[in-house]
Amino acid sequence: MTVTEDARMEAAVLERYGRMLLIRLFEAEMHRLFLRGEVHGTTHLYTGQEAVAVGVCGVLREGDWVAGTYRGHGHALAAGTEPQPLVAEMLGRATGVCGGRAGSMNVVDLAHGLVGCFGIVGGSIGAATGAALSAKRTGNVAVAFFGDGATNQGYFHECLNFARVHGLPMVFVCENNFYGVFAPMQQVTAGADIAARARAYDVPARLVDGNDLWAMTDAANEAAARARGGDGPTLLECQTYRHYGHSKSDPATYRPKEEVERWLARDPLTLARTRLLELNVPEGEIERTEQDVRARLDRAVEAALAAPYPEPESAAEFAA
Amino acid sequence: MSALEFRVAIRDALAEEMERDERVIFFGEDVAAAGGVFKATPGLHERFGDERVFDTPISELALAGAAFGSAVTGLRPVFEIMFGDFMTLAMDALVNQAAKYWYISNEQASVPLVVRSAVGGGGRFGAMHSQIHGTWFQGVPGLKIAMPSSPAEAKGMLKSAIRDPNPVIFLEHKRLYSVKGPEGPELVPLGEANVARTGEDLTIVSIGRGVPDALAAAETLADEGIDAEVIDLRTLRPLDLATVLESVGRTNRLLAVEEGPRTGGWATGLLGAVAEAALHDLDDAWIVATAETPVPYSPTLEDAYMPDAETIVADVRARLGAAVG
Repeated sequence: MTVTEDARMEAAVLERYGRMLLIRLFEAEMHRLFLRGEVHGTTHLYTGQEAVAVGVCGVLREGDWVAGTYRGHGHALAAGTEPQPLVAEMLGRATGVCGGRAGSMNVVDLAHGLVGCFGIVGGSIGAATGAALSAKRTGNVAVAFFGDGATNQGYFHECLNFARVHGLPMVFVCENNFYGVFAPMQQVTAGADIAARARAYDVPARLVDGNDLWAMTDAANEAAARARGGDGPTLLECQTYRHYGHSKSDPATYRPKEEVERWLARDPLTLARTRLLELNVPEGEIERTEQDVRARLDRAVEAALAAPYPEPESAAEFAA
Repeated sequence: MSALEFRVAIRDALAEEMERDERVIFFGEDVAAAGGVFKATPGLHERFGDERVFDTPISELALAGAAFGSAVTGLRPVFEIMFGDFMTLAMDALVNQAAKYWYISNEQASVPLVVRSAVGGGGRFGAMHSQIHGTWFQGVPGLKIAMPSSPAEAKGMLKSAIRDPNPVIFLEHKRLYSVKGPEGPELVPLGEANVARTGEDLTIVSIGRGVPDALAAAETLADEGIDAEVIDLRTLRPLDLATVLESVGRTNRLLAVEEGPRTGGWATGLLGAVAEAALHDLDDAWIVATAETPVPYSPTLEDAYMPDAETIVADVRARLGAAVG
């Protein structure tokens, strides 16, 4: 490998690590701002699952599409949504990416390929299936992010079959964090093998370590290449873990302590940072990336907190 | 006399819009190779090819989700939910996604999709193939609900629906598919009711198959000295209240004829809206609707269930026979 290629590789992995950190810090800010009463309703933190969204979105190109879930802040940031309008959206401000009309669970950012985040379990799968119809015309790919709970929804089964029979350029990315709201996966998911469900529809499937950025990138590259090559959809079952409960009202006391500790010991950010050092990326470079991300987020939060709320009169504006 | 058949009007509208705009695609269960179970769409697949006209699995939720997702990413999908009753299976994509998107995305993208379905009773199809689902969607901001009453309207309204920037639920009454009638204007705007017959004594409002029934009833009533105006709503949402109010301002009597139960129906909502806006104009206002039951199967039961020209005449006669003329 030449020196230039090395540098390019290093820049790419640092960028992805920085994006994972951005999601991690963003969610910490959401947690803090929620407790301060600045984030309203409820919110579902992506903390712990960062390598999945960043690994997948890292291989996407201009014109590709992404559909995320109600645990979607990570999907949006990975797709390229700027932190400032995303924070502002969480705060219900006029400068939010959706003008404060969407909130935490329903973010849309088409300018960055984000078809939307969907508040109903499984909704992202239908949306991405449709985006794949568009993507097929342009040589692009559509990605659906969804959780293990969504694999018991009609959307999952209907769209896997639909995408397969129509040969759609699509990647089904199941973020298996082993809990559907409060229920452990094995209690509510027959067979407890999501990849096997895809194979039943003749859709190639791969089990991936969802906490390993490099494993995610490899798997996503393979799936996206298959889609771009006209060979149809792929499912990636990405095993990962949410560091917090389902939503802000859930302390997640139903999870065994040793299970939580086991997963926290495999924190995707720690794993990625260690790997960067193993790859001889200078620690100074890593620290500079970390400082840049922190500063960028601080500026975003400060600006969002200073932004105005939407005018009440605009609530009724809807010329459909 | 030129005679356009309703089912041909649907096909012509689709073909013309697909010719006009290559972003328009059409899909559904058995709509391509077979041309649809009501033979409304034969020939489109051969003409426009696999990528633009295709058959799908029997997966209504996937169809609706795919329509939504393709609509917000650059296509203009028209899809068929074979019988309106099957819309229950497509609700999340239509109600939570398609209807809300333009608003909650802060107008990042509109959702130019059309979902066509065959609806209505009288065909002996039984309770799960005979409902009219339009009213289920009436309380959903962001949707338009259109229901033509003639071949000319079918063509002009479907073309308008396909060009509309946001979701349109398009209802085709089964008992209209074989009806023939004159051609109409190229586009029939959504949201504008049509005064199908002028009259002085009474305003009868209906939609879809109810309009020819109301017109036939009005002819019979005319012979008895009752001069009925007939308004074809064309769309349930948006609802053209202004045209109804103008008419009631002259006739002072309002009858709404709905094929469906009055509880939660459009007729009840219409009477409420008219009362709110123009109570002083009303001498009388009432509804002819169906029983509060599923649509029954047996010919004697289904005929008793369905409002038609005769039930309208009998009802008007009983209600105001002595008061007019």
